[in-house]
Amino acid sequence: MLKQTPLNAKHHEANAKLVDFSGWEMPIHYGSQIEEHHIVRRDAGMFDVSHMLPVDIKGEGVRPFLRRLVANNVDKLQTTGRALYTCMLHEGGGVVDDLIVYFMSESWFRLVVNAGCADKDLAWMDEQREKLAPNLVITPRRDLAMIAIQGPNAASKLWAALPGTRDLAAAMKPFHAVVVGEMFVARTGYTGEDGFEVMLPNKAAPFFWQALLEAGVKPCGLGARDTLRLEAGMNLYGQDMDEGVTPFDAGLAWTVDVSGERDFIGKDALLRLPRNRQLVGLKLLDRGVLRAHQAVFTPQGEGEITSGSFSPTLNVSIALARVPVGIDVGDTIEVDIRGKRLKAAVVKYPFVRNGRALV
Amino acid sequence: MSIPADLKYTKTHEWARLEADGHVSVGITHHAQELLGDMVFVENPTVGRNLAAGEECAVVESVKAASDVYAPIAGEVTAANGSLESAPESINKDPYAAWMFKLKPSNSAELDGLMNATSYAAHVESEAH
Repeated sequence: MLKQTPLNAKHHEANAKLVDFSGWEMPIHYGSQIEEHHIVRRDAGMFDVSHMLPVDIKGEGVRPFLRRLVANNVDKLQTTGRALYTCMLHEGGGVVDDLIVYFMSESWFRLVVNAGCADKDLAWMDEQREKLAPNLVITPRRDLAMIAIQGPNAASKLWAALPGTRDLAAAMKPFHAVVVGEMFVARTGYTGEDGFEVMLPNKAAPFFWQALLEAGVKPCGLGARDTLRLEAGMNLYGQDMDEGVTPFDAGLAWTVDVSGERDFIGKDALLRLPRNRQLVGLKLLDRGVLRAHQAVFTPQGEGEITSGSFSPTLNVSIALARVPVGIDVGDTIEVDIRGKRLKAAVVKYPFVRNGRALV
Repeated sequence: MSIPADLKYTKTHEWARLEADGHVSVGITHHAQELLGDMVFVENPTVGRNLAAGEECAVVESVKAASDVYAPIAGEVTAANGSLESAPESINKDPYAAWMFKLKPSNSAELDGLMNATSYAAHVESEAH
């Protein structure tokens, strides 16, 4: 039996095509994935991401606990509401999950973790809590729904849907969150566009969704979310990284802070392990579509595509691939696509940001 | 779901239409394009290629996945629809107008072995369960 979000009935009303996503019945599209993709790049779309799990950590000393728990340094979080993207590693340096940490106060940090990792993450965090900070309280917030409103017109349509929030939406800085009554509003996202992620009580979610619909925000499925995040060069857990790869192998060195004395879980392994793989962007030069798991051939050895698709914005196929170090932007490599060796250019990613093609 | 009565169908979701000149046009069904979603790439067989019935001969790819297309009957490829290369979305818009390739049948009686609209509808129904 698949789990359902509080917006399930709204998806049925809108004739969504629903699929099993990590055990959740989620909309893959509402008619056309490509149209939904363009709506987010050009106007404003919304995604039901209630399958993701907010986790509150409260009590004395959350910050020292998180200094140890995650690979990025939570000391970068000094202003209330500030968000930080980070990986949580196991001792061997592999990625348990990637997540966002919001700093709300010294006694309240909120994490948002992936749906498919939620149970594993909670068990892992609880194990660490018992060892390091037994006084802390970790609360999974399944009572909250989450809606992402994304696109260049997300801010204006959000305040149209929530009268009285115009000044608030205008004042919110990227990668910050504020609490407004029962809502937790963050200026974050997974599309490479401006936008908001709003967490609110399950019961209120269908009403908010309806208000957004009436403000002209179009429902978009997880299909478009995937092509949008790929164009934005954002990693997907389970594809671009997992417990078998380190953040360095997954293009996430920028999220790991190994400087200074801080000893986080996985740090020793990261400093010890050879760095012989890297994540690069690919743009297909021949006709075809790059897909995850296709083999990549380079002068330095073989690699593999971790995420690949057709880019609706660029009208060409793009991918993220894990290849040996020594391969650089500007190189041409080959990909095995259905038994044929096709040429692809190694390019800098993100491929697209704020509606603009970068490659 | 749209399943025109005047076409023949395969279990692998191709349609075949006997044209007035004796050639057979081939495409994928409404159901197939709906399963795959937005089309982004089509690779057709080259003109002149001889195909056996059931032979893998073309590829359609949507944003979601790649799918093989099989020859419904044996024959020689006499035309490939080049307009699908630049506009693969035509398959989503009107799958029965968006023919992919045409065959000169080795034996047009093979068409009788394909499913009619009623059997194909039942086949689609059976796959849904």
